[in-house]
Amino acid sequence: MYEGIVQELIDEFGRLPGIGPKSAQRIAFHILQTESHDTTRLAELLTIVREKVRFCEICGNVTEHETCSICRDPRRSQATICVVEEAKDVVAIERTREFRGLYHVLGGAISPIDGVGPDDLRIRQLMQRLADGTVTEVIIATDPNLEGEATATYLSRLLHQPGLTVSRLASGLPVGGDLEYADEVTLGRAFEGRRLVEN
Amino acid sequence: MPLYRDEVVVLRTHKLGEADRIVTMLSRQHGKIRAVAKGVRRTASKFGARLEPFMVADAQFYEGRTLDVITQAVSVGAYGPAITSDYGAYTAASAMVETADKLTEDEGSLQQYLLLVGALRSLSRREHGPGLTLDSYLLRSLAIAGWSPSFHDCAMTGAPGPHSAFVVQLGGVVSDEVAPPGAPRLDAATLSLLGALLSGDWSVAEAADERTRSQASGIVAAYAQFHLERRLRSLEHVDRSSPSGAREEQTT
Ligand SMILES: [Zn+2]
Repeated sequence: MYEGIVQELIDEFGRLPGIGPKSAQRIAFHILQTESHDTTRLAELLTIVREKVRFCEICGNVTEHETCSICRDPRRSQATICVVEEAKDVVAIERTREFRGLYHVLGGAISPIDGVGPDDLRIRQLMQRLADGTVTEVIIATDPNLEGEATATYLSRLLHQPGLTVSRLASGLPVGGDLEYADEVTLGRAFEGRRLVEN
Repeated sequence: MPLYRDEVVVLRTHKLGEADRIVTMLSRQHGKIRAVAKGVRRTASKFGARLEPFMVADAQFYEGRTLDVITQAVSVGAYGPAITSDYGAYTAASAMVETADKLTEDEGSLQQYLLLVGALRSLSRREHGPGLTLDSYLLRSLAIAGWSPSFHDCAMTGAPGPHSAFVVQLGGVVSDEVAPPGAPRLDAATLSLLGALLSGDWSVAEAADERTRSQASGIVAAYAQFHLERRLRSLEHVDRSSPSGAREEQTT
């Protein structure tokens, strides 16, 4: 244990995802030893990011405006929506250049044991986007792990409606893994080979 | 490097660092084990898939300083995919593993292990409806933990039943002499279903109608929440609407 404010800083870093106590201590001491203008910039960014960045009102992606650049882009197909768990999955799929439609970010996956049910995700907003019939295909690109598969099962049941094609990314993605770690070629192939969901 | 090996069922996983997971398991011989599975979130190997919740595996570990590390896993029962393809089964299985996790806080037992594996296998094979399978699992796992409810003789005095007053805090049905005023009353059909779920009498359980099932579920949930003291988070998300399980379709 360190004294006062130093320990507070270590504790604060330790609360970040993926940072254990040792890493938290290393980052805190890095900051203590860094030239002061560097940390000022970091502190500024942390404040600005909370003020400026928000979630797209349409798809839930991160943006500095009311809607994100993808939703505002008229060249993107309005007929297809790709459903992902997190905004970082949008980045992963954009890198493949295989997809020219729109996205819908759920904000996670259904995980009862963590207290996350369908109502805790942006599923109602998805249904609202589908209401006027413009969208004819939904591609479910949740993570290829247990919670992702279960969320896909739930969505497939819910999206079973006339005039709507529902597909799921092809296997070949590492099972048990996170979508963001899939390499571009594998992810691109999974898009091409997406399979129809039968209800 | 001390190595050991055991058959395990995965209860839950947590992300650790960039690519690892901490896996919480109930084992046949070593009670509950928490161990690290390295690199499973970004490898293309089958290792990660074998260590997802609801999977049963023959695993090898080495003892680490803080957490043990999983070095190998061979699938023994791959129930995960079949369970996640049925949403009702997924929510039921989630409540089961959460219960198992809480009931085996310090030590596991072979009985708890076998009960959980059996229930997950049954869910994956769609043998009974997910709701009935879950309720039966909850009653039986609580019974193994020493909280066997009584659905016939008085839980307080042992006076022979049938009795209709049900008091969670007293351990089941109680005779009218000891029943507190205003105690909820259960009808004979609900008590018969509860007894069948506790003993595993599936022909009686599956003959029950929807109303009776829903009554029994409420009782089982209240009984489980009372004994586990802490709230079971999965329970409120259990989806009982999915029409899987052969008999449920016949009754509609
Ligand atoms: Zn957007």
